Order: sequence, then C-alpha cells, then structure tokens
Amino acid sequence: MANRIEIGFRQGIRDALGEKIKKRIIGHLRIHVDSVRTVEVYTIDGDLTPGELEKAARGPLSDPVIQEFAIDRGMACGFDWLIEVGFRPGVTDNVGKTAAEAIAILTGKPVRVYTSRQYVIGGIRDRCALDLLTRADAERIASELLANELIQRCEIIDGHTWDPARGMKPHVPRVMGEDRPRTEEIDLDCPEEALIRISQERVLALSIEEMRILRDYLKNETVLARRKEVGLGARITDAELECLAQTWSEHCKHKIFNARIAYDDGEGHIREIDSLFDTCIKRSTREIRERMGAGDWCLSVFSDNAGIIRFNDDWNLVFKVETHNSPSALDPYGGALTGIVGVNRDPFGCGKGAKLIFNTDVFCFAPPDYAKPLPKRILHPRRIYEGVREGVEHGGNKSGIPTVNGCLVFDERYLGKPLVYCGTGGIMPARLNGAPTHTKEILPGDLVVMTGGRIGKDGIHGATFSSEELHEGSPVTAVQIGDPITQKKMTDFLLVARDRGLYRTITDNGAGGLSSSVGETARLSGGCEIDLKKSPLKYPGLNPWEILISESQERMTLAVTPEKIDRFLSLARKMDVEATVLGHYTDSGWFHIRYGEETVVLIEMSFLHDGLPQMSLRAAWTPPRHAEPDFSEPDDLGGAMKEMLSRLNICSKESVVRQYDHEVQGGSVVKPVTGVVNDGPSDAAVIRPLLDTFEGIVVANGICPRYSDIDAYHMAACAIDEAVRNAIAVGAPLNRLAGLDNFCWCDPVRSEKTPDGEYKLAQLVRANMALYDVTTAYGVPCISGKDSMKNDYQIGAVRISIPPTLLFSTLGRMEDVRKAVTMDVKKAGDLVYVLGKTFRELGGSEWYALHGAVGNSVPKVHAKTAKALYEPLHRAIRAGLVASCHDCSDGGLGVTLAETAFAGGLGLEVDLKNIPAEGIGRNDELLFSESQSRFVVTVSPGSREAFEALLTGCTFARIGTVIPEGVLRIDGLGGQRIIEEDTRALKAAWQKPLAF
Amino acid sequence: MPQRIRAIVITGNGTNCEMEMAHACKLARFDEVEIVHISDLLYGTEQLDDYHFLNLPGGFLDGDDLGSAKAGANRILHAAVAGREERLYDQFARFIAAGKLILGVCNGFQLLVKLGMLPGLDGHYDQQTVTLTFNDSGRFEDRWVYLRVDPGSPCIFTKGISGLYLPVRHGEGKFVTLDEKILERLHREGLIAVQYSDENCREATLEYPANPNGAVDGIAGICNETGRIFGLMPHPEAYLHRTNHPRWTREELPEEGMGLALFRNAAAFLRSANF
Repeated sequence: MANRIEIGFRQGIRDALGEKIKKRIIGHLRIHVDSVRTVEVYTIDGDLTPGELEKAARGPLSDPVIQEFAIDRGMACGFDWLIEVGFRPGVTDNVGKTAAEAIAILTGKPVRVYTSRQYVIGGIRDRCALDLLTRADAERIASELLANELIQRCEIIDGHTWDPARGMKPHVPRVMGEDRPRTEEIDLDCPEEALIRISQERVLALSIEEMRILRDYLKNETVLARRKEVGLGARITDAELECLAQTWSEHCKHKIFNARIAYDDGEGHIREIDSLFDTCIKRSTREIRERMGAGDWCLSVFSDNAGIIRFNDDWNLVFKVETHNSPSALDPYGGALTGIVGVNRDPFGCGKGAKLIFNTDVFCFAPPDYAKPLPKRILHPRRIYEGVREGVEHGGNKSGIPTVNGCLVFDERYLGKPLVYCGTGGIMPARLNGAPTHTKEILPGDLVVMTGGRIGKDGIHGATFSSEELHEGSPVTAVQIGDPITQKKMTDFLLVARDRGLYRTITDNGAGGLSSSVGETARLSGGCEIDLKKSPLKYPGLNPWEILISESQERMTLAVTPEKIDRFLSLARKMDVEATVLGHYTDSGWFHIRYGEETVVLIEMSFLHDGLPQMSLRAAWTPPRHAEPDFSEPDDLGGAMKEMLSRLNICSKESVVRQYDHEVQGGSVVKPVTGVVNDGPSDAAVIRPLLDTFEGIVVANGICPRYSDIDAYHMAACAIDEAVRNAIAVGAPLNRLAGLDNFCWCDPVRSEKTPDGEYKLAQLVRANMALYDVTTAYGVPCISGKDSMKNDYQIGAVRISIPPTLLFSTLGRMEDVRKAVTMDVKKAGDLVYVLGKTFRELGGSEWYALHGAVGNSVPKVHAKTAKALYEPLHRAIRAGLVASCHDCSDGGLGVTLAETAFAGGLGLEVDLKNIPAEGIGRNDELLFSESQSRFVVTVSPGSREAFEALLTGCTFARIGTVIPEGVLRIDGLGGQRIIEEDTRALKAAWQKPLAF
Repeated sequence: MPQRIRAIVITGNGTNCEMEMAHACKLARFDEVEIVHISDLLYGTEQLDDYHFLNLPGGFLDGDDLGSAKAGANRILHAAVAGREERLYDQFARFIAAGKLILGVCNGFQLLVKLGMLPGLDGHYDQQTVTLTFNDSGRFEDRWVYLRVDPGSPCIFTKGISGLYLPVRHGEGKFVTLDEKILERLHREGLIAVQYSDENCREATLEYPANPNGAVDGIAGICNETGRIFGLMPHPEAYLHRTNHPRWTREELPEEGMGLALFRNAAAFLRSANF
C-alpha cells in the first residue's frame, strides 16, 4: 500500500525555489507567470499506520515552523497548472533514500520512499480575467525547464479539474521486470557483417578488427580445453563480450594515444610515431625525472588512478582530473554530479588511499544566450550550464571538499557536447604502518571486497558510450546520478580502515564497473575468481553481465587479507557502510567470474589486457589559412575595453564561484575571488592542506581552445604556459610544479563520418609535440592525465565537433604560504610593470573574435625566455618585493590592467609607449594581443631597486603608477590619452554578463 | 588546580568541518580534543558525558535531503544507543543539564535548532520554535560577512568580542521564528548573540549581500538563556589564521584569526567551572 505525504510552505513563508523557477520561466522561456510555489512529495511504499504516517510527516519530513503537510490529499490549491516531476524507475533518488532511513529509525519499519516535486503555477490574467497560460505553455515549462524526460516523468494538471480532497494517486516507480538472471551465448563464428551488427546492437563500440580477434581467440585449442573444464564452450558469453568491450574501449585503453601513427607534416616529411603517450607524454616525464636525479619528487606517475608526488617527508600529494562530457550532455545535473564524485574516487583509490583536499572544475559550454534553433536531443546551453553548475555544487559541497579553482570557456561548438572537467587532489601519509603508501600490492588468496553503494542498471555502457559520438540511440542507462553522502560515509569508513591497516589495496569502480576494477587489480596477483551473485543489488532483475559492467556509483573495490576480513566487515557495519566479499584474487592467470556455481566469464588475463593489437593510423597536417580581419583601430578604445571585459570568456565568473564552497577544511589562503571587496579574479588557488604548517599547495589551470583553429601545437603550448604562469603568479616555484594533461578531442580517426580525421589526428600529434617541448623546457612533469576522443554530435546531417581542447592543470608546492601574492593593486604610488614581451599575436584572440575573425598570428610560447623570467620573478615574490601580480591571458594586457586596477579599488596611469613590444604599431593590438608568458606586476617604490636588480636580463618595463582615484588612464603610442575610464564602470561591464 | 577540559567534535553522515573545528579547540588549548564518529556514540564506545565541550561542525548531515539537518535531528531524537537504555538525545539532555558548553556551526546550528535545543526557551530543549530555511537568493553562497555582537547577551562564547568577520557557506541559513512573540523574546532576553551587520559591526542589516540569506532582523546566531548553547551560521573555525582572511595580502592583520576567540572563551569558561 502506497501513501503520499505532501509538504508545502505555510502562508506567508517565502518559497525561494519557487521564486527562482518563476524567474527562469519568465527570463529564459519568456512565458509570463504570476506565481510559482513548490510542494515536496514523498510517496511511501510500505506498511505504515495512519499514526505513523502522521508522525513521519510531522517529524523528519516537514519543518513545523515554516511548513505544513497533507497525507493522501492534495496540498496545492488555487492554481492554473500543476506540474509534478518525479524520477523514472531505477533512477537514483537520494532524498527518497534518506527519507526511508529516517522513517525506519522513527518507526522501526522498512519502507521504500520515492520523491517528486510539484510546481504549482499561477498565470497572469488580463483585464477580462482570461487565462493567459495555456496547456502548451505548461508543457513547455515542463519539458524545457523542469523535467528531463530521460530520467524523469512528469504529470500536468489543470487547475480547473483539480480536487484537493482527492489529490493525486500515489505513483510508485518501482523497477519492474522479471527476475530471471540469465547468461546468453553468442556465436562469433559468423560472417563479418554479422560481427559488425553484434558490436553495434550491443553498444560494444568494438571495430571489425577487434571482433575478428575475439572470434579467433575462441578457436584456440588450449583456451577451449580450459573453458570446457568450467562448462563453457566455443561460443562467447554476453558477460565475456561486454567485459572485453569495456576493457578494450577507447575510454579505458586509450587506443588512439597508444596507436602507431604515420604523421605527414605537410612539408614532405612522414614521421612514424609509436604511441603519442609513450613518445611525448611519458618521455617528457621520464627525462625531467632523470634530470632531477636524487631530488626527484615524483612518486607514482601514469600507473595508478592518479599521480602521486611528494609534499614533504611525511606526506604525499595526489591529483587527477577527469571528464564527464557525454553523460552531462544527456543529463547535465546527474552527469556533472557523477563527474565530480567520480573523480573524487580516483585520488581516493590511489596507492593506499588519500584524503581529499580540493576540487577544481573547468566547464566548456556553448553561450548561454544561444538563440538559434537547437538540433535534436540537444538541451539548451543555459540548461546545461545551470545543470552542470548545480551538479558539481552538490557533489563538491556535500562531500566537504573545497572547490578552489576553475574556469568557464564558451564556444558555440560545445553545443553538441559540453566539456565537464572535474579534478580532485588528495593528501596521504607517506608511510603507514611502516610501509610506503604510494604503491599497490595484492597476493593470491586476498579477498575481493566491494564497499559503498549497491549495483543497479545505471551507468551500463558508460565506457563504450563515451567512446562514441552522441547519437539518436545513445542509451538512457548511461546516465546516472551520484550520491555524495553515501560516498562520504564510505570514505570516512575507508580512511579509518586504511589507518588501521585493514586492507591491502584499494581501487575505485568507475568506467566498466567491477569488470574494470577487479580486472585491473587482478593483474597485481595474476588472476581472480569472484561470484556476482553475492553483489548487493538495488533491485532484482539484473543479468550477470549487467552486474559485471554496471557503473553504479559510490563503490570501491578492495583487496583484504583473510585474517583481517572480520575486523574490516565489522567496522563497515558499525559505520553503516555496506561491504561484501565477492571472491578472491588468484595467480591462476585467468579472469574467472561466476554467477553462483555457473561460470559466466573465463578469460586469460593476458588476453584481456594485452590481446588488443596496436592501432595504425594516419595523420596529415595542412596548416589552415584564415582571412586576416580588416578593421581599423577604433576611436573609442575605452568602449572597446568594456566590450572586451563583457566577453563571456573574460567576464567575471563570481556568480558560479560563490556557489561552490571554496573554504571548507580551513586551509584557504588565496581564494578564487580576491581584492578590496573580494571580487577580483585570482590567477590560482593556494591552500594549506595541513593546518599545523605553513607549507602549502598551489592549484592552477590553462585552457585556450580557440588557438586550435590555427594550430593545435600552439593551443597546447599556450595552455601549458597559462597553467604554469598562473601558478607562478601567486608564488609557486617552477621547480616544484607538476602537470596534468586532459585532452578532449573530436574524433581523429578517418572514416566515412569523419573525412577530415587525418587532419584532426595531426592536430593531436602537434598538441603532443608541444606538450613534450614545453614541459621539458620548463621541467614540469606530467604525473597523470586522461583523454576523451569522441566529442562529436551526429544526428541526421547535423554534425557538431568541439574544437580540440587541452586542459592543463598544475599542482605546485609552496614552502611558505605567507609569501603568496594576489592580483589586486595594493597602494597608490606603487609602480606598475609589464613583464615579458608583447608580439603582434592576435590570431584566435578575443579581440579578433569580437570582430568575427580568427586570423593566423597565433600566440607562441618561447619557453626558454619564459623560464628565465619565471625563476627570478619567483625569487622576487619570495623576497616579498611584489605587491601584486596578475598574468595576461584572454584579452591580453588591456584586460589584465583593468582587472588589476578594479580588483584593488584604485586606478592606474599607464603609458603604452613603454611596453616592450615587437612588430606592433596599433594601440588596440598592443592592448589586446594575447602573447604568452606576460604579467602585470606592481611594486612599492621602496622595493624598486631590488626588484629590478633581480629581473636583470629579463624583458620587462615600468609602464606607470598606481593612482588613488579609481580611474584607468592609458596614454597611447602616439602620446595622446586613449583611455580614461572609471574603474567602477569597467568592473560593472565585467560583472554583468554572467550575474544570473 | 584548574579543571582539565575535554572537547568532542562529532562527525559522520555528511559532517565535513570536523578537522578545522578540532584544530580550533587545540589552538584554544583544550587538554583533549577528540573527533568522534557518530557511530561510536551510537555503539556506546564513546559517550558525551566524558566531555565538557560539544562541537557540532558544519557539513551536510544526510545530504540535508529532508531540509538541513532534519534527518540528522531525527537520528539523535530516535536512534537508540547500543547496549544502553537510552537514545542519543538523552546524552545531549544530560550534557545540557550539567551546564556544559555546546557550539553548533552552520549545519551544527541547523541541527541544534531542529532538535529544539536552540533557543530552548524555558528549558524546553525538544521543542522547535525557530528554523533556518532556504536563503532568499535560492542558492548556496560562500562569502564573508560582518557580525555585530550583542554585548548584553548571556552568550559565553562572545564575551568581550565587539565584532566579527567570518565566512558563511550555506544554502539554508535564513533565520525565521514561529511567531512574533518568540522573536520578541529572543531580543528581550539578549539571546540574539550575533547579527549580520555593516562593515563596522554596529548596525544589524537586512541588505543583501551583507545579510546573505534574508535572516529576520539579520539574525546570524543565537544562544539559549544560560548562554552555554550557541549556534551560528558563519564559520569561526574558518578564520583561525590571518591567511584565511580574504584580504590578508592587503591589510595589516593580527596573526591570530578572529574566529579563535570563541573557542578561547569556551576554554576559559570551562577551566574555571566545576563539574
């Protein structure tokens, strides 16, 4: 028997959510409504007496001060339309789960609770009291704003037909379907067309070559003999097929990064590249580590879930950045929430496990004011923006991890797939119970234990799905919703278990689920044997293959020695965390999965992990030529400055920043917003992970996809430089910076769908060459990274591909956070310097984009010169000679000067003639060129000599002074005043665009 | 011989400020500071009676899924302690009756309010008369706010403090009372220990963003009539060192952060008390 408890606000109590929704209905959908109230609905599937229902409604479910409730009748009254939105069966319902737990504590009875929410809408009436709000309007509000039909159902009720005494009938979205788990066998000994069909129909994303390898593997006599012993024949089971498809997916195997590539440089040379990963990324790190010799502070690179470096003698740092693009396109909230709590588990499941200390998020969206018709299945960019922002807010804030750094990038080509980069850092003791923590070990006989959430159908095919473009048949089950509190409870428990030495090894369940987590860790012992029937399920009806590859969230897999298992399980029980022994690790050489007594997977470990041959690809580089823009220097450069400050890629992101907790854990030193009224844009974050020392860490990022339109080599070089110079700007030393590379590309494999695949692959090759060149020049080793290669959208004839995008993140160690510097001017009378040379580099710049042009003069990184600047600048910062330091990036020097001034609430008087430049004769070009490796620095007059002495040999110049009045005064190359703007007006222009 | 004083910081089920809360207690020189998982209390391996200062830190108890701290309050009110004939609530009640100190910050304040322990008028510590609800902005916000401190308040924690500057980090911080009478009583009895204010910490304000959530009369924190239970939305444990201040790179500030004074007051009070 199901009952409905409805909770609404009392008369006169403000409904902030309702008001927010009303604002969006009017502002985004342009539908005029008078009022929106919300009602929370709990549908309780259980056996509660009327008295118990009332107790539950009165107690945990409502707040007596501001709310009232209705049981089995309608709460709403006097409305035009009521829209109720609830989840579809099987979709994670975190609130429902909490409500069920609360009711169980209260009544001692187990119940299931499903939540939904009503939006009670009153329309505006004209003078004749005609209803102006139609059913069509209500339907649009439901589908374009309130409900995502992939995961939610909604019901629309006309106010005229509403009878509150009857209310709505309880709707129980229980997962139905028969509970007869079975394993299917598939004959791969068939024609090639049939093999292709099998791969497509099952969303395996396996190529014909890969299908052939599977077919041939099943003809091997020794394999067949061993299969026979466990009751398997020559046909492959669905579980085996799915498991191999996950393990061999682009997502897990990085086939393109490991491919053999014939690269044609467009000048008649063809270069053979044997794995970009090995020859560019890993090679760079290896060479840098060799150069560091005994001082090498890298501990574990590219081998674990995250990279590990030394913080000090007693502590290690861990860092990882992931993407969650495809799910965020389908369900922005759930996709992004899963993205952040998912990447949390990487550092958490790294080495012996790390405590999580910061998040960093970078989102790439189409402009939120996008006004053209939307292609099929694509959500409006504003909805993606708001959904992703909120998903990451809930994931990060509720996990108690400060979001210290991030960035938003806008480009129309992210319409098809937004990019959602989520990164997390952690800290772990360097040694625990006498053993180092950055390594992993498993011995045969160790038990395979799964902890945390239960398994459902959510996230099935996540790994293979993200290895494809978004298409009509993209599976709904790929969408999942994370549960930060279940995860927090689990991480609280596992950190205690770690410190007590109760497990030997830990890893996370991410893409590919158990198939991947157990498959990967089984390499450490040489095999495993587990029974899927022991797995705790969210609901019955899952087939073994689904249990094996489900990507249900909040799960870790551990290796626990038999003598410690009782202590491990009893601690889990005590701390209210589910933990299940699934089987044990072996050294048999086989990946052996049973369902009860029945074997459903038997694959050789060597075949599973090394059976995939290297791909061979071709890349061909032809430098694109863009039209050079044809416009003259504007007369009103002050107006141009404001236009630039209002560009989406330049403007203030404070409205987003403030919705993320950036101070929890108590170690905040340089916050994302800074300055005299706490609203200037910081270059990087500084935090103290340990509250009893002043040693700190610096987190920064660099991203500049627009430059890919000209040359992805320079796009990558500039992204790396930006991430490095941002870190330098706040006080990080260059020699203690580690990097993370996250490549998001459009499909770079030539095919019918992608005729320009060779060009896109050449872009990837060039970006990797830049990575090698710049990281080795700076001595900044990459310690981990990730790639996402299929960021395309294809439905019908519409194809949208993202611009090739590298996010480079840096993690630095600062000896003393008290030396950190922020970007805001500090005192009138301080001297203003520009560091680094400005070239005529406006190709791909925001200034050209404002004029609808790309151009060709892309900014270039001169790494040797830059390094020769970064090192003395760091010494100046450490010596306390620098009052403020702000890097020049999007919008160049002009934007940097404006930001520096208004963040400090003072003014600047600057003469462009003094700026070290080459090849520039126009004021606008000097102001807005995006040349790399430059800073605007202010120095108090008393420090002038020491500062200038330290920078001897570098390109730099004193270009003006800080003035007490809030005015930005710039004299141009011709000696005349070209800009005289009130900094408050500049700031207003900068703050306006995203202040919603 | 001064009293040995012991602080407990409760964590678990979504609490996340326990580390800095414990650090604040250590800096305030409590003799013992323990971060205790709530399961240890429910299993009876730890009990509140062994401590003098109870810290309820910020976080998201049970995700705040049923409204902030609602499910957490339900657990304390109804969950039984293993091996004892009591609920966790009974230990709280004994702790209060013994005249010991309780500080709830953010989610901890929400918890105290929803349990009915604040304001706990006339000693009724299980009747909810005020609440903390969704910010007027409809969003979570992290920003620093100035606080006016009522010098006439019985609050133990704010003694001798003239004003505070601390961060708020919440989505449900708008203070509301059941009716006007209760609000009036809070004012009359000086239970409104801290209010969102202008930059001089003088005048309480309703203006956003100085008042970040639309709290009635700018109420940021209240105490009970003995002044020994105190809850506030801003985070004192987030400002323990000058480098926590958002403008430490441009202002002359004392080395010690402002938030520590609250913990020092707690320690000083307990050291001279007799239990």
